[in-house]
Amino acid sequence: MKKIRMILNWSASCGGCDVAILDMGRAILDLPQKVEILYWPVALDFKRKDLEGLKENSVDIGIINGAVRTSEQEEEAKMFRNKCRHIVSFGSCACSGGIPGLANQYDRDDVLKRAFREAQSNVPGETTIPQPLTHVNDVDLTLPEFFKEVKALHHIIPVDSYVPGCPPSLSTIGEFLGSLDAIVKGKVKKNVFASDKALCTECPHGKTRETKKVENLFRPHEIIATGDRCLLDQGIVCLGFATRGGCGARCIRVNMPCRGCYGWLLTMFDPGAEAMSTIASIAGDREDYMPATKIMNVLDKVRDTVGTFYSFSLPCAGIKRKEK
Amino acid sequence: MANKIAIFPNTRLEGHGKVEIFLDDSGNVKDSYFQVIEFRGFEKFCEGRHVEELPRITPKICGVCPGAHHMASSKACDAVYNVEIPETAKKLRELFYNAHIAHSHILHFFALGAPDMLLMNEEPAKRNIFGLVAAVGKDIGIAVVDNRGYAQKIQEIIGGHQTYPVSSLPGGLSKPLEEKDRKEIQKMAKSLVEFSKKSLDIFARLVLQNEKLVEIVASDLYRHETNYAGMVDDNNKVNFYDGMIKVVDPYGKEVCSFEARDYLDHVAEHVEPWSYIKFPYLKNIGWKGFVDGPESGVYRVNSLARLNVADGMATPLAQVAYEKLYSFFGKKPVHNILAYHWARLIELMYAAERIHELASDSSITDTNIRTIPTGDPSEGIAAVEAPRGTLYHHYVTDKKGIVQTVNLIVATVQNNAAINMSVKKAAQNLIKNGEVDDTLLNKVEMAVRAYDPCLACSSHALPGRMPLELKIFWKGEFYKRITYNR
Repeated sequence: MKKIRMILNWSASCGGCDVAILDMGRAILDLPQKVEILYWPVALDFKRKDLEGLKENSVDIGIINGAVRTSEQEEEAKMFRNKCRHIVSFGSCACSGGIPGLANQYDRDDVLKRAFREAQSNVPGETTIPQPLTHVNDVDLTLPEFFKEVKALHHIIPVDSYVPGCPPSLSTIGEFLGSLDAIVKGKVKKNVFASDKALCTECPHGKTRETKKVENLFRPHEIIATGDRCLLDQGIVCLGFATRGGCGARCIRVNMPCRGCYGWLLTMFDPGAEAMSTIASIAGDREDYMPATKIMNVLDKVRDTVGTFYSFSLPCAGIKRKEK
Repeated sequence: MANKIAIFPNTRLEGHGKVEIFLDDSGNVKDSYFQVIEFRGFEKFCEGRHVEELPRITPKICGVCPGAHHMASSKACDAVYNVEIPETAKKLRELFYNAHIAHSHILHFFALGAPDMLLMNEEPAKRNIFGLVAAVGKDIGIAVVDNRGYAQKIQEIIGGHQTYPVSSLPGGLSKPLEEKDRKEIQKMAKSLVEFSKKSLDIFARLVLQNEKLVEIVASDLYRHETNYAGMVDDNNKVNFYDGMIKVVDPYGKEVCSFEARDYLDHVAEHVEPWSYIKFPYLKNIGWKGFVDGPESGVYRVNSLARLNVADGMATPLAQVAYEKLYSFFGKKPVHNILAYHWARLIELMYAAERIHELASDSSITDTNIRTIPTGDPSEGIAAVEAPRGTLYHHYVTDKKGIVQTVNLIVATVQNNAAINMSVKKAAQNLIKNGEVDDTLLNKVEMAVRAYDPCLACSSHALPGRMPLELKIFWKGEFYKRITYNR
């Protein structure tokens, strides 16, 4: 049988998506029998020239993880699109910006200044900030340009399939790798490798959920959550109700709330806004009889609304990034 | 303009990097630069967050050592709330953390580092984990995958997920360990101890008994005399989770020893406009540029540095392995950068033994694992030894626990200056009269890889990848691009 020709790359990412693929265990050792990998910087020694040398549309599948933040990442994404018949957006960062996308809350220059000038361990009065071009000792050194904002992969190139999750769970990756043949033959039915239903449907506490009003909200460290009830019913903001299933409710199984890494349900326009609306409507028992200050005290537990409701999706949200 | 060689992307590393080498008119190396070419800006966008979310956000700095950020962040959060966590929570965190070190060291040695040593003269398409398995046998390949899998599984049991742990938060952990899981961990730890023995054995057989390799490991080509920093316990033994940070000079003499919360008295960072990561140095000595020796503030971290600052390992088999390393080189500290690989395996042995010790402690299933913080949050600083070196998290919050500022000094950054120096030294010795080929270039890249640099981590200040570019510039123009195609 002809091997599937594949290339993989990482953009503004942490490498966790690549590690997750390695976490497939023994199955990974058999991968070379089925797949010919022609580029994968984290694991193999092919260089940029090898990638450039591939012919247009000569690769079956290109997998990219990470958001797009620099000119170099954009260039490589476009190169992948040109070489590949099918592009896969892999992991939360590629799918919706992910955690690095939270940087869109801040101006680019402030982000650079904080790290290189203002950090406590910098030398007081530090003025240097990394530049796209530096002339040093008679030579020119270049760095890729740091874009104004973080973008998801589909903002840069057309994407054919999405594998969400931070990182995608082993069962999600297993399902995806098991579908490679079908993808190559154009027979794959779905383009998002996750459940079309809310995480609550696969959560061990889904059946205990009462969705009643809660008197108080708690931040996770303020309360010892019991492992037998819906976290939302215990007053802890959990985004399972606004998030696709597919992860196996892994965070909730250790009593920690969902932060939405599997992305939003198709029925939602802006999941952060919808989740915010849901939390606002359940917070504060008998709020009609509550003084405004008490209501504010309850909502004070979600003081960081951006971080609570758009942890993984800010670049794709309805709200815009900060502009000066 | 001088003549330039670029290795790009740097491969089998975590993150994005490149090396540029400039030749003088006669084709010898004039200068070289190791650059990190990406940046994400975590310090800035952690501002405004609920501080207890940082143990979930900061692990996304790095997918290879998320566990290190999870731990450093949780400890910094404990400090922010000034809360003492229960004894069992400490044990569980340390158990989790040693499993994390084991996973990372196995991954680096077998998938990233060992191909350098054992497949040095192979063609690039074979110089990887698949090539290694073909060379040493599928049995070993399976043992590698299985045992790294156990280390991941242990992290999953305690942390909730094998790559992205979530269970540690200010005051302790969110879920106690069940007895059946304790037994399973104990069993996996036994296998990890056996596997560590096997790994040290492979190293002894395939590297130490190979004259050519020994010559390379011991050669001056891959050697720098610098200061070293690492964490030690009360008995001056290597510890990853907690302890004092000790610094020794190139002769092994103690320079200072300090608590993580005093880090600003001892460490500062230099900025260069041509790299997205900074260059930390010892504050007392100062930044003297890219030079080694006792007069320079440059210091190194990661496995070999930890072994160099400590008096030994806290578990028996690791201690035996530790003594072997120092008797091989005949003195301490050891300055040879390829010895970082060996040191990693000795630490793997310690981690495996420590996991077994902790999992054999029946009190570890106690359910008292959380102290609810009652104090007002303010400022917290903490450190752990990440697989790649000391990792500092420093948070300042308002009285509602909303983050005002974050400062992070990650492991790899502290080796940044040394990596630059090592690349230059290797390049100067290997490239003569403009003659250069790709295996030679891999030998330059080996100087980078020995440090197991994590550019994702170091460019937390942007997201991370580490490709290596090598371009040669000679007589004012582009002379040669080296490819690994044959």
